[in-house]
Amino acid sequence: MSQPTPLLMRPGALNVIAPVCFGLFLLLLWQGLCSAMDVPTYLVPKPTDIAHTLVTDGPSLLRALGVTLKITLLAFLLAVVLGVAAAFLFVQSRLLEASLFPYAILLQVTPVVAIAPLIIIWVKEPTLALVICATLVTLFPIISNTVLGLRSVNPGLLNMFKMNGATRWQTLRRLRIPSALPFFFGGLRISSGLALIGAVVAEFVAGTGGTGAGLAYEILQAGFQINIPRLFAALILISLTGVLLFVSMVWLSDKALGHWHDSAQRG
Amino acid sequence: MLMSIPQAVRLEEDTVLHANQVEKTYSNGTLALSRMSLRVQRGDFVSLLGPSGCGKSTLLKLFAGLESPSHGRVRWAGLDKPSKSKLKTAMVFQEATLMPWADVAANVRLPLDLSGVPRAEADQRVKAVLDQVGLGAFGHAYPRELSGGMQMRASLARALVTEPDVLLMDEPFGALDEFTRNKLDADLRALWAKRNLTVVFVTHSIYEAVYLSSRVVMMAARPGRITADVPMDEPDRSEAYRLSPAFAQHCRDLSALLMSASDHTAEQH
Repeated sequence: MSQPTPLLMRPGALNVIAPVCFGLFLLLLWQGLCSAMDVPTYLVPKPTDIAHTLVTDGPSLLRALGVTLKITLLAFLLAVVLGVAAAFLFVQSRLLEASLFPYAILLQVTPVVAIAPLIIIWVKEPTLALVICATLVTLFPIISNTVLGLRSVNPGLLNMFKMNGATRWQTLRRLRIPSALPFFFGGLRISSGLALIGAVVAEFVAGTGGTGAGLAYEILQAGFQINIPRLFAALILISLTGVLLFVSMVWLSDKALGHWHDSAQRG
Repeated sequence: MLMSIPQAVRLEEDTVLHANQVEKTYSNGTLALSRMSLRVQRGDFVSLLGPSGCGKSTLLKLFAGLESPSHGRVRWAGLDKPSKSKLKTAMVFQEATLMPWADVAANVRLPLDLSGVPRAEADQRVKAVLDQVGLGAFGHAYPRELSGGMQMRASLARALVTEPDVLLMDEPFGALDEFTRNKLDADLRALWAKRNLTVVFVTHSIYEAVYLSSRVVMMAARPGRITADVPMDEPDRSEAYRLSPAFAQHCRDLSALLMSASDHTAEQH
């Protein structure tokens, strides 16, 4: 740390070092305030208490995380497949889009908490029920972004394809799909986070029904038992998972678009 | 009052493009072209010169088959569809319109890929045409790594790779700086002579039209129409031509024609 300035001047380093330093500062402040004011653990646990719980309860929490992550990823995958399929349908026919798009919006604006009990009653298989709930939340950004992307084709290029006698399929494969990719990956970034939120919310609803095994259920249980350090530990795991999902989407997007799209340069 | 346009009587078989009494009204009611006729002969370098809104781009789109006339008809080597005639038409747009996700070679190869030319042959033709436009070393570069002028060269290469008979160009160099533009104009003129091309070139630059063309078709706006058809016969198109008295005289003449055409428009209002 003899010459911190040159390192900090690099934007990459700054983007890492600045938030880490700020985080450490907050943790120290938190720890100091809790100790100084003698706040009981069942109200606000000290960061060291949470860290301790993360170690002792690690295996059971990670198992729960595994369950939530499985539902998140399944829902995400399902949403990508369904969302892209829907987008292609919409782009092929204006009539189809006009008929169906309002319902896609309806799906988006209806809170998943409100539909989840219904789905859990209707679908016997608990994992499937949770995946469906999470998929409903995840779907919309993928549909709307992919539709937007498939439509955002440079009109000059479209004319060029037309003049060269391109078939509908050639235009789709060589022009529309590549043009849509940046939008599609934008949708993925949003949806990856939504899939996790959807999974956790669905688990909350289902968890009260006795099907719990995921992290949301652990949070509920910890809350009931006033085991606040464990609640915090579960919370941290969920947040970290969300961040990890987002970062992996950014990475994927950079890998796919890095050689040509501006978004990837700054990624 | 309709201005009558003297049209040189030439042989029908030499006519590659023929707009016959065409009129174009867009769906929003704009009359882009009022009834007009134009023949483009094989080997012509025709510039369509006029202010914005004179319908020169519309006329080019009619020749490209991208739009159809509201009235009258367009013929390609005597046939009513560009795909029916043996005439190969290629277009260069105002912007380079390259696919940003593909490198220069893949961009130039696109028309060949679309028509199913085998890869090995396509690659050979791409290489040859890239050499011709001076991009031989840039086949693997991506469009965003190229300057505006080089992007236009790539766009030109993509048009030339199909070995077209007719090249339609819509203000292709309008966005470039003057030096780059002059250089590209010179190269284009050389390509035209070497390849026996027929070129229809839309521009709003009098200097560019005079330098490039074998024939300048002047157009006026509201409604879009042809006001004059001026031959440019000088064989010498070296850089020195740009500074010659003949060049200056042509520019003055065209400028005067443009002025009188816009006066005529003003009277109508």
